[in-house]
Amino acid sequence: MKLRAVLLSIAVLFLAMPGAAQTPLVADLSEHQIQITTGFVGTDVLLFGTVEPDSNVVVVVRGPEEETTVWRKGRYAGIWVNERRIVFERVPSFYAVRSSAPLGEVASAITRSRHGMGAEYLRLRSAGEDIAEQVLDDFKSALIRNKQREGLFATKGDKITFLGGQLFRTRLHFPANVPTGFYDVEVFMLQDGRVTHAQTTPLIVRKAGLGADIFFFAHNYSAIYGIIAVLLAAVAGVLAAFIFRKN
Amino acid sequence: MNIYLPIAEISVNVFLLLGMGGAVGFLSGLFGVGGGFLMTPLLIFIGVSPAVAVATEANQIVASSVSGVLAHWRRGNVDFRMGGVLLVGGTLGSMFGVWLFTYLRSLGQLDLVITLCYVVFLSTVGGLMFIESSRALFRRRRQGDVKRKLHQHHWMHGLPFKMRFRKSKLYISALLPILIGFIVGVLAAIMGVSGGFIMVPAMIYLLGMPTSVVVGTSLFQIIFVTATVTFLQASHNQTVDALLALILLTGGVIGAQIGTRAGTRLRGEQLRILLALMVLAVCGKLFFDLVVTPDDLYAIGKAAVH
Repeated sequence: MKLRAVLLSIAVLFLAMPGAAQTPLVADLSEHQIQITTGFVGTDVLLFGTVEPDSNVVVVVRGPEEETTVWRKGRYAGIWVNERRIVFERVPSFYAVRSSAPLGEVASAITRSRHGMGAEYLRLRSAGEDIAEQVLDDFKSALIRNKQREGLFATKGDKITFLGGQLFRTRLHFPANVPTGFYDVEVFMLQDGRVTHAQTTPLIVRKAGLGADIFFFAHNYSAIYGIIAVLLAAVAGVLAAFIFRKN
Repeated sequence: MNIYLPIAEISVNVFLLLGMGGAVGFLSGLFGVGGGFLMTPLLIFIGVSPAVAVATEANQIVASSVSGVLAHWRRGNVDFRMGGVLLVGGTLGSMFGVWLFTYLRSLGQLDLVITLCYVVFLSTVGGLMFIESSRALFRRRRQGDVKRKLHQHHWMHGLPFKMRFRKSKLYISALLPILIGFIVGVLAAIMGVSGGFIMVPAMIYLLGMPTSVVVGTSLFQIIFVTATVTFLQASHNQTVDALLALILLTGGVIGAQIGTRAGTRLRGEQLRILLALMVLAVCGKLFFDLVVTPDDLYAIGKAAVH
């Protein structure tokens, strides 16, 4: 496989010159662009790199931030109705975290909240006025729970595995409903619970092919798109009547 | 084989969509109904957001009503004058409906209103159809048809702006068809249905139109109402998935042909009882989902608030 060859060449490079590593942390992705084509069902991206010996590695993947509304349902006359909402500002549309050992052992709580290591450590702020702490916490955990259910806050996946003492790799999964935009893949090298080095690698998720063209057209030329959609349907209808005409 | 729908933004098996289009098309051919009231809930069940389901279904109905109206037009069963008057109301109704749709979406209550509309209309129509067809089946066993007057005269014949509709053999106020068209336009916009299940009975029982021209005329006006809805939804809300609509109508066209042929070999009342039971089943499922306590009381709003 191509990825194996890449890994192998890096491994060889580092084995050949053991003391020559100038940068303590080097990481890269097997791909920097995910294309959502018509046949897209989700994809895996391999993250690999090297760190100094006796270090831990944490990887945080964040999708583009967006305003997200969380609704709570209440029962009215026996029917469940959206009752209360809280709008969270700047919620990552996608979030995943990977670590070489359980996060609680690798990093202190302060480090985790500073770098957003773990969904519960994300800084989720509401635009709202004064909301009771308890209510806000309930909505926050509901937001994380719902995102996890949609597969957009990755809960499980490959751990970061070491090959030898310095070379690491992990597989990042992006589901079919992955949001488009610019992603940040942050790789942290930790020693004794503190971040000693960090590197950010960009990743672009974009629509490609026919689907992308349709989406672009629908959003940028929406009136013309509407007319074309109607005409297409009308032509299809005429065609159907013509083909199946009973003589 | 999965296909990524560009506007719905989900990945769905293309054969599932073709099968759904075929099955609903078969039923619509069999029973002579639009099928929108079955397809929209089905799309929602497979994970398409209600907003996209409703708007895309309107797009698909354009195709099915075009092919339907051509058959009726050849037989001269379209009252274009009546269709035009209905259309005036329909256009106004669909504009109001799309506005209402956008407003409800911003409130976060769109999904609820769509589901509630479905529950109310499906239970009413399904219930009435069930009673009417089981009665007809019962009556047929005992005696022959009862001769009915062409149409009854009500208070509504005193309304102003009277117009003559030659093909329908009517001289009535234009306000009534405009009102019926308006209601159907609103329903098309917020429910993604052709509204045939409301309009056909309304044309027969309220307007007193002859049954022969009712279906062709209602299809004629539905083309333009759903076209308006499609255009407005696409330009205001960007919720029309043309790719999804094309896949559904491919399956639908084939299914409808098979259904029409199968329909000629079966008896009317039994078919209508079957349809009524199906409508009530869909309605029951939607109602159950509204009433049963959800697994998670919290949910993420689909639409961004602007």
